[in-house]
Amino acid sequence: MVLTVYFDMLSQPSRSVLLFCEVNKIPYEKKVTHVGGGDNRTEEFQAINPVMRVPAIKDGDFVLSESAAILKYLAAKHNTPDHWYPKDIQKRAKVDQYVAWHHMNTRENSIRVFWTEVIIPMMRGREVDQARLERQLPALEETIDRLEQVYLKDQQFLCGDDITIADILAVPELMQLYGAGRNVTENHPKLTAWIERVKNKLQPWFDEFHTPLYKMRQKRLKGEKAKL
Amino acid sequence: MGLEVYFTILSQPSRAVLMFLESNAIPYTRKALDLRKGENRTEDYSRINPMMKVPAISDDGFNLTESVAILKYLANKYTVADHWYPKDIRKRAKVDEYLAWHHTNTRPACASLFFNEVLLPARTKQPADTVVVQSALTQIKNALDKLETMFLKDSRFLCGDEISIADLLAICEVMQN
Repeated sequence: MVLTVYFDMLSQPSRSVLLFCEVNKIPYEKKVTHVGGGDNRTEEFQAINPVMRVPAIKDGDFVLSESAAILKYLAAKHNTPDHWYPKDIQKRAKVDQYVAWHHMNTRENSIRVFWTEVIIPMMRGREVDQARLERQLPALEETIDRLEQVYLKDQQFLCGDDITIADILAVPELMQLYGAGRNVTENHPKLTAWIERVKNKLQPWFDEFHTPLYKMRQKRLKGEKAKL
Repeated sequence: MGLEVYFTILSQPSRAVLMFLESNAIPYTRKALDLRKGENRTEDYSRINPMMKVPAISDDGFNLTESVAILKYLANKYTVADHWYPKDIRKRAKVDEYLAWHHTNTRPACASLFFNEVLLPARTKQPADTVVVQSALTQIKNALDKLETMFLKDSRFLCGDEISIADLLAICEVMQN
């Protein structure tokens, strides 16, 4: 049974799924689905995911969307090391708790700022709407504060002392902002150290998959416009 | 101590958790919080849930927030009928898929409409902002279209032919409006 992963490297949850497959040596085939090029709008892809988003997987005849669901499915199917998504119901509940909060907090607030700073100016050929950005930044700052004070605290990772799917979902979102030229964890040394720990657990694929964002950052810091 | 459930009856995810407990005859103590009186903003409650939202549970000292996490925890802990959160990895994945999609679709759409049409006008004594309400209605229409054509399509419930925790969460959002 072949596992195909449909992804766009600029999609944060796509990177989470790819990283999980690589670090757990889950055999899979990559299917680049370039959202900017409309690959997600083909009939073929709609049969995989009617909401036309990435990532999505096809495992034999089974199709699945939503990175949180995909990660949990792959962890169960491939019997990955327990720490990723622990079987103990309390430890598991703590991971589920972060993953639920992630959607409308880490992910939502990072995306909003990324769209305002990068995507919308690029699509419309305009300057950044500073007023809109100013309205969105407080929610992002609150999210960063909560990541540190409510989830990470004095632990090594978001849900305890070992890496879980929570970390693999969160870090790519923050890296998206890094690509935009932001240093979101600048005043949060605990979070900065945590990101390094997560990266180290996921190399060499972490750097490989984030290279487009590293390049974007370099260009943006030099004042060049990003291309996607 | 046992299982304590912190909720407010106007909160959609609170109702989903209560319905799950009741229909599975899981023993628990209700701890109703009046949000208008700020009962979610006390020091005691912030120890249960630092985000100060509802619902939350405290199960013999184990504190948990986020209705999706709570429902999964309860389904895993207690012996409930399999259909609520199936053990088969494909069926479970389909419930997880809806629950993930729910956060960014059904929930924000329904919550936004209720907030802008009911809560905010009640608080500010101003009429609802029709532009914002219209935008929320469009979001809801999109979410409901997907519920009907994608999740429900050929099945009796959102994730198959039997009810699951996905249906509990979705129905409470739809009922809010």
